[in-house]
Amino acid sequence: MNVADIGQQLRVENLFTRYVHAIDEDRLEDWPEFFVEGGAYRIITAENQERGFALPILSASSRAMMRDRVSALRHANIYEAQRYRHAVSSVLLQPVDAETVRAVSNFIVVRTLHSGESTLFASGRFHDRIRLAGEAGLPQFEERVVVLDSRVVDTLLAIPI
Amino acid sequence: MVPLLGCWFPDYFNDRISRKPPCDLHSRGETSPPHLKRILRAFFMSFVPAESRAWPAEGVTRVPYWVYQDAEVYGREQERIFRGETWTFLGLEAEVPQSGDFKTTFMGDMPVVLARDENGELRAFENRCAHRGALLCLKGSGNTRELACVYHNWTYDLQGNLTAVAFRKGIQGKGGMPRDARPENHAPRKLRVAGYHGLVFGTLSDAAPSIEDYLGPEIAARARRVMKEPVTLLGGYSQMLPNNWKLYMDNVKDTYHASLLHLFFTTFRLNRLEQKGGVIVGGDGGNHVSYTMMKTDALATEYEKAGVRSARHGYRLEAPELLESVDEIGDGITLQILAVFPGFVLQQIMNSLAVRQVIPKGVNRTELVWTCFGYASDDPVMRERRLRQANLIGPAGYISMEDGAATGFVQRGVAGAPEHSALVEMGGRAVASDESRVNETSVRGLWQAYRRHMGL
Repeated sequence: MNVADIGQQLRVENLFTRYVHAIDEDRLEDWPEFFVEGGAYRIITAENQERGFALPILSASSRAMMRDRVSALRHANIYEAQRYRHAVSSVLLQPVDAETVRAVSNFIVVRTLHSGESTLFASGRFHDRIRLAGEAGLPQFEERVVVLDSRVVDTLLAIPI
Repeated sequence: MVPLLGCWFPDYFNDRISRKPPCDLHSRGETSPPHLKRILRAFFMSFVPAESRAWPAEGVTRVPYWVYQDAEVYGREQERIFRGETWTFLGLEAEVPQSGDFKTTFMGDMPVVLARDENGELRAFENRCAHRGALLCLKGSGNTRELACVYHNWTYDLQGNLTAVAFRKGIQGKGGMPRDARPENHAPRKLRVAGYHGLVFGTLSDAAPSIEDYLGPEIAARARRVMKEPVTLLGGYSQMLPNNWKLYMDNVKDTYHASLLHLFFTTFRLNRLEQKGGVIVGGDGGNHVSYTMMKTDALATEYEKAGVRSARHGYRLEAPELLESVDEIGDGITLQILAVFPGFVLQQIMNSLAVRQVIPKGVNRTELVWTCFGYASDDPVMRERRLRQANLIGPAGYISMEDGAATGFVQRGVAGAPEHSALVEMGGRAVASDESRVNETSVRGLWQAYRRHMGL
């Protein structure tokens, strides 16, 4: 790795770090801001992906749709108080062009309910396309695809991963 | 021994149901220490048979909570309902379109293989090797000419016939099975299979009526309405629910909750109770259809007047394209939920089409398997629309995520109240179709069918 590559790796890992802290600290209103305006987010299962099925568990194709999701979680949907704890690792970058990079990384999410029950809620990979110099010069997601290892979700999936 | 216990046991051991004041024992000089009494009570309680469970005298307007909790009831459901005279939904024909295609699923607890044999016929059989009972098919789906049990390599064709036993004649004249052994007689049970406009059902019962009769004419017509042409799969996933399987079914059949629990629905006028629609109860009560015609909403303000939580003002989507939909069936019905006893749901929510399988996984655990589909004739725009509207359904669904939570709340809420009952009197006490969805008629229908199958 040359110095430029190391710089790029750190910038992307810093984006991931800020992203998971925002979600884990319940700053969901910040979540759409990690994406470019027309950015896309979706959660799919590895099984669907491998079988060539496009069905998402959750998807948004713009920041407006992401804000709608947050607004529904805040004002409409009913779910028990809960928090996530993300652990992200093994971030592997693949350059696309001077402005854009692809990244694959692993994650696990522990979900803790207000009753005190902590469980391994999700594991999988993030498949990202990242604009290196987005708003304020910081990297932003053009696309974040969350691929869940399991085809089964426990009870419900309210908060984005 | 049990009848004898029945005579004196309550008076002595159970203070709660004894008519005598508890102190009576002591005033007569009774000297049993309390902990000994508890131990003896637990011992004698173990002789009280589960058949002492009796349905409340009010009938289908009451649902006793033990029905969601009792392991013996669960076992009897497997035998009398899932392996009894009911049809279980096994999958879509589109999941096994070619000869050699198979998928594995469940009929209650019983693992099942659904396959299309070499002649193109749909077949279903128990996923259990004749030999030692191991699963004979481990994969979720695939295409094959035969299935081989991994344990001892006994093989089966796609009709479920045992075709080969490894080393049946032994090796070099030694070992092997006796000449008169008939392993074929132990083959996994075959199901009666019925395809109905792309839906595939199976039953172990010869006495179950034809699938069309089982559905009933009105429900069958509404199933055909959605399954109007060949379908194409969009994908699937499961949701593991922390509750008894019947709590999900009675949630699906509860037309009253939709606009009260699901705020997203209500706020965007997808399903307000004052909109035109209705509920049809069919079969022997266990099947139903509820439907809504969205464009007939006359800006009624009943919710606002009633101060219902779900009628908040000012909540608008920034990206309303999520709800952009077309009346593809052409009858103005924007939402139709169809359920067939014991555990099948066919859904049309705008342009989101799906089947759901309700699979019991123990007394208080249920797997809800969602399979979403479109029509083979869909253009790319329609396909995108269906994928976008998938946001409404499933474990993260804007209008379905609460169901998993609410049914779990009931399972937890009734934990200490097996002898108490749910009250199901909305819309009266009968089981009948109705134009009003402020109604629990289809919930009563579910329990009518359930009691009949269970002999409760």
